[in-house]
Amino acid sequence: MGSLRMNRGKTLKAALSQTLLTLVAVVMIFPFFWMITTALKPAAEVFSVPPRIVGSELRWHNFIDAWNYLPFSRFIVNGLVVSGIGTAIVLISSSLAAFAFSRLHWRGRDGVFLIYLGTLMIPQEVLVVPMFMIMRELGWINSYAGLIMPWAFTAFGTFLLRQFFMTLPRELEEAATIDGAGIWTVYWRILLPLTRPAMGTLAVFTFIGYWNSFLWPLLIVSDVNMATVPLGLNMFLGQTGNQWNLLMAAATISVIPSALLVIALQKYLVKGIALSGLGGR
Amino acid sequence: MASLNLNGIEKSYGSLKVVHGIDLEIADGEFIVLVGPSGCGKSTLLRMIAGLEAITEGEVRIGGSVVNWEAPKDRGIAMVFQNYALYPHMTVEDNMAFALQLAHRTPADIHERVDRAAAMLGLEAYLKRYPRELSGGQRQRVAMGRALVRDPKVFLFDEPLSNLDAKLRVQMRTEIRELQQRLKTTTVYVTHDQVEAMTMADRIVVMNAGRIEQVGTPLELYDRPANRFVGGFIGSPAMNMLEGAFEKTETGTSFRSAQGAVFAVPPQVAGGVVPGAGAFGIRPEDLTLAPGSGLRAKVVVIEPTGAETMLRCVSDGEALTVVLRERPGVLPGDEVELAVRPGAGVWFDAAGRNCAVLKN
Repeated sequence: MGSLRMNRGKTLKAALSQTLLTLVAVVMIFPFFWMITTALKPAAEVFSVPPRIVGSELRWHNFIDAWNYLPFSRFIVNGLVVSGIGTAIVLISSSLAAFAFSRLHWRGRDGVFLIYLGTLMIPQEVLVVPMFMIMRELGWINSYAGLIMPWAFTAFGTFLLRQFFMTLPRELEEAATIDGAGIWTVYWRILLPLTRPAMGTLAVFTFIGYWNSFLWPLLIVSDVNMATVPLGLNMFLGQTGNQWNLLMAAATISVIPSALLVIALQKYLVKGIALSGLGGR
Repeated sequence: MASLNLNGIEKSYGSLKVVHGIDLEIADGEFIVLVGPSGCGKSTLLRMIAGLEAITEGEVRIGGSVVNWEAPKDRGIAMVFQNYALYPHMTVEDNMAFALQLAHRTPADIHERVDRAAAMLGLEAYLKRYPRELSGGQRQRVAMGRALVRDPKVFLFDEPLSNLDAKLRVQMRTEIRELQQRLKTTTVYVTHDQVEAMTMADRIVVMNAGRIEQVGTPLELYDRPANRFVGGFIGSPAMNMLEGAFEKTETGTSFRSAQGAVFAVPPQVAGGVVPGAGAFGIRPEDLTLAPGSGLRAKVVVIEPTGAETMLRCVSDGEALTVVLRERPGVLPGDEVELAVRPGAGVWFDAAGRNCAVLKN
């Protein structure tokens, strides 16, 4: 009797959490769904009252129109170059810094780390003006370097990887030292291969961060040929009236690289989030 | 293969000294076990030999040459860690080959050495597996294989069996000993388990609070502990200690325990005895049940193991353990009288030193 009641309680709890999760999932997915259906509507039906979920016809041609409306392939190439190189630099710089902050011993190490970590508290909006002036001095306005370098050395990535390095047993490093490995060999052949889940997580976050970045490219890029995807999307607004259906078609295209990356690195992402304590456990 | 000499080794962390002047000569091919309670400095000493900890004071010589400033890889040592420290992302084969690759050996040479070590340890079938796919005992063997392939002058073991279950521990103990006897490689083995020390060592080094208490063969330490610490540490179940005082009369020297039992101190020991406080150490197997012998005790727990029976007794507040070969007809709560086998027992003075050793 007692166990029956307990079972019923458990079932109820499961049902409740399932319902809640489903609801949250629907709320999260709905904007994407709306984006795709809007992308397939004729221009006149975007704001029809009452709102229609699906338009009177599925205009696949919107995607081709959006692609040709602006040099969109150029934006995607720019985005891939900036996000790809940026992610690579972040992975290298963060892992090296994390190695120094977790495995090497030097005077003042933890103090420096604390200050470095403190930079996380400064919002991007505060940084953009001085950063812009530095970029102008360096002559990096309207360049890939200007888009990539200011965000390629992050306390976030360093912190994430440092925490991960610190979970690896010290004996591994000592065993490698006895086997004849120097600092670089320990870093490259022992620690890095074991940090793959955290590196995967960082790669996804960084890539998406670069890919979706809007404020910084808006400031530093004035040449259409250097624009990234979010800037391109912005161009659908205002030039010759707002092309909402084309904007949504372009936005749908722009989600694809990030989505592919998440799917490809999914295995590491879940592991990395669980291991590095980023998840709300 | 090489001898290993430690001369006045000290280790300090800031102002805290944890190892106080260790002198030890280890002969070529000897199996030395460092044993002591946790925090006694045995692992620190081992790590200084390995080169993982800087040596504050003193000299480490391997094969006659000072290695204080040599990198670990150049000392000709190989170490097996407590948690094995196998590289999780490498196969068994790669784990064993790693050091050889770093030393730029030829692939053929690496292959041959790894195969030889694998054959020696029965790991041939597991070469392509990852550490996570192995049992505890197999991982332990891989860790040994990794040490073997380097053909070191000295093997260092840091509590290598503590993570294994009791049965496997006994089995691996024999395997390590047997392997060492075959290879005749000088070995330093750290453990806190005195049974491991007794069964494996050529000589045992008992350490306490950063100092060596005694060095000797297992039976030397068991039969003639230099002091109360060694007497109490070596042997399981532990030596019984009767507190009391030495008395000198015209008929000879005797020891009166706190319970009031009087024991005659043999003449060969009496010379080292000073009247006053002291202790009488008796191994559990040196106590017998003997009515009318004077040392009264109450049986608290009876633990039969089949071959032997262990009686946990209390005598005037002091715990006494008795190990009997025969099966006694006593029950918990019974009063018994205990006698010490003639010639057995160790006498300690007020400072805890063995009186027999003092006299010599």
